[in-house]
Amino acid sequence: MNKLLPLLTLLFSFNAIAELRATGDLGIVIEREDGNALIINTTEHKRLAKIEKLGDLSHASVVFSRDQRYAYVFGRDGGLTKIDMLKDAIDKRIIQAGNSIGGAISQDGKLIAVSNYTPGGVKVFSADTLELVADIPSEYGKGLSSKVVGLVDAPGQRFVFSLFDAGEIWMADFKNPKSPVIKKFPNIGKQPYDALISPDGHYYIAGLFGESGMALLDLWDVDAGVKRILPDYGKDDEKLPVYKMPHLEGWAVAGDYLFAPAIGQHKVLVIDKNTWELHDTIAVAGQPVFVMARPDGRQVWVNFAFPDNNQVQIIDVKDLSLSKTLSPGKAVLHMEFTPRGEQVWVAVRDDNQLVVYDTETLQEITRLPANKPNGIFFSSRAHKIGL
Amino acid sequence: MWVMLAIFANASLASEPSQDRKITLRNMLKQDCGACHGLTLKGGLGPALLPEALAGKSDDFLVATILNGRKGTAMPPWRPFISHDEAAWLLGILRKP
Repeated sequence: MNKLLPLLTLLFSFNAIAELRATGDLGIVIEREDGNALIINTTEHKRLAKIEKLGDLSHASVVFSRDQRYAYVFGRDGGLTKIDMLKDAIDKRIIQAGNSIGGAISQDGKLIAVSNYTPGGVKVFSADTLELVADIPSEYGKGLSSKVVGLVDAPGQRFVFSLFDAGEIWMADFKNPKSPVIKKFPNIGKQPYDALISPDGHYYIAGLFGESGMALLDLWDVDAGVKRILPDYGKDDEKLPVYKMPHLEGWAVAGDYLFAPAIGQHKVLVIDKNTWELHDTIAVAGQPVFVMARPDGRQVWVNFAFPDNNQVQIIDVKDLSLSKTLSPGKAVLHMEFTPRGEQVWVAVRDDNQLVVYDTETLQEITRLPANKPNGIFFSSRAHKIGL
Repeated sequence: MWVMLAIFANASLASEPSQDRKITLRNMLKQDCGACHGLTLKGGLGPALLPEALAGKSDDFLVATILNGRKGTAMPPWRPFISHDEAAWLLGILRKP
């Protein structure tokens, strides 16, 4: 046996070489009901592995380490799981709160922040060990605790987030992780439901559910405070019911315009980002949920809340018109573009499928099975501010 | 007579949806209600819908909330998609521990 060992070692190392894997074109797909994460290859359209037992993933999001080896999955039940995409295995997993909504990775890649509903607040962990680094309770008023939404990373080793119940934006500076410096912006408007940061890290914008308009924070000039934009938008129109909250992730910027979902109206807002005035509105099939720009900014893809969630519409940014309506299947929940945008992956929950489209021809390329998929996250997010 | 009254007062005994419709409603509860209230109904942006969370709230109030939504909150009216009896049937499922 002893004589065999070197041979065995040699065999194993050959095996390891055969399985060398790059991670820059991988992605994670969440199977919400089973609590699984699929590791997929976006170049080969292949499922590589299924990582199980990640808890309640009915609402989940993922960020990636800057070396693109690890995926951090934020689950609804407060679970934070670090997946090793080289080993197809869970590296570490903790339950850090009772009910959480999303997370972010710091500029230097060393910190993971999670935003929580119950108890409200933000917890910050070491990206390496998942040990707690800081706990920021979202206290407001007289001992109340707010749900936290719209958590993003910002340049300067900062995290920015919004307090749904309190109507505030907070900015936490983690240059010294042991004692973060928190700046609070109160009275930004009622019920911020989600937020986004511009790809250059310059602006943070929270969408408001409780009143019209959005709250804008210029991160280059935080002393100027939060400014309300589009305060009169939709004021006199009847508000349609919203059967699923829009998401603002992946700010859709194309040219001079920001594209955002209207709330309670079946429209996409086109905002001039020089003046922050409403430039135009585009009528669409339903309440928009995700409004996402193709990486080159030429197209904006929109999916919808129930009962219009079987469709995807594509806006041609060249003339701000609807160019195509696709019907990928029942309950389209999420879309993700390949890094340079030649393809887009669409999660179709009730048909248990991932549909891949060519974004130029708008033709379907392939379908892959996935059980009740809700989120698709490509590892190229590792190098994008706010994702 | 009292027994009869008690039976009629029980909303979950209103005319039951068909088997097919029940599957649709259960899926709707899990997926669409679950979008805000959580797949396991432990709450999210919306409050928990577990039996203990609903205890002490009347059937009438909860069926009306499902059908009409709740002003000032993110709860929308589901009346365009489900009937009164279907809302009562869904509530019966929620109340079962």
